Amino acid sequence: MISITVQENDFDSGGEINRLSALGGGAISSFVGQVRGDEQLQALELEHYPAMTENALQKIADKASQQWVMHGITIIHRVGRLQVGEQIVLVCTCSDHRQAAIAACSYIMDQLKTVAPFWKKEIFQDGTENWVKERQSDLDAAKSW
Amino acid sequence: MTAIMSHQLKIVYFAWVRERLGRDQDNIDCPENVETVGQLLEFIRSEDVAYEDVFADIEKLRFALDQDFVGLDAAIDTAKELAIFPPVTGG
Repeated sequence: MISITVQENDFDSGGEINRLSALGGGAISSFVGQVRGDEQLQALELEHYPAMTENALQKIADKASQQWVMHGITIIHRVGRLQVGEQIVLVCTCSDHRQAAIAACSYIMDQLKTVAPFWKKEIFQDGTENWVKERQSDLDAAKSW
Repeated sequence: MTAIMSHQLKIVYFAWVRERLGRDQDNIDCPENVETVGQLLEFIRSEDVAYEDVFADIEKLRFALDQDFVGLDAAIDTAKELAIFPPVTGG
């Protein structure tokens, strides 16, 4: 069971984990990304390509399902203005064994970073703005699988 | 009957590409002799100088045709939508 959601609202990571737990696998893994409290940072503005985003996330989840035996995958990604400390993304995976659950969760995040059409703009306390640039370490991580 | 064919193509922009152009989309008539994404960029640049700044460093741009990532040599064929944006930074 794959569930993909792109939304402005916050999400309940505990509730999402419980929902996947109920599928009966022996292993649940999850990752939550949040707005890091970098100095002077006030918020992030998350933009996306609505016509493409969910399909891109679905493809990543489908590939994970082909690679590992999964009971369920949940991906939630927020868009809009997010303050420091707010949750941005949740990836939760359910499998029979921990190796598959943890690996699939890590794989999905690594791919999401490089092929899902989201863009982050940093908004600083003094009002200046900066579009976040891609990082070579993210590209390397996505290629490592 | 007309021998000259063109087709409507929607171009959508995101992140700093959208901000620098000051708009989030264009609808253009894609001439028949424009076959690839790279040729289309040359065509729209010749139509509007506003693109000069955005296209100055093409290495920094990424493209999607009908919501699939493509390179500059991709054939436009019957695609309906081209997206132009910087490398993605979600997660």
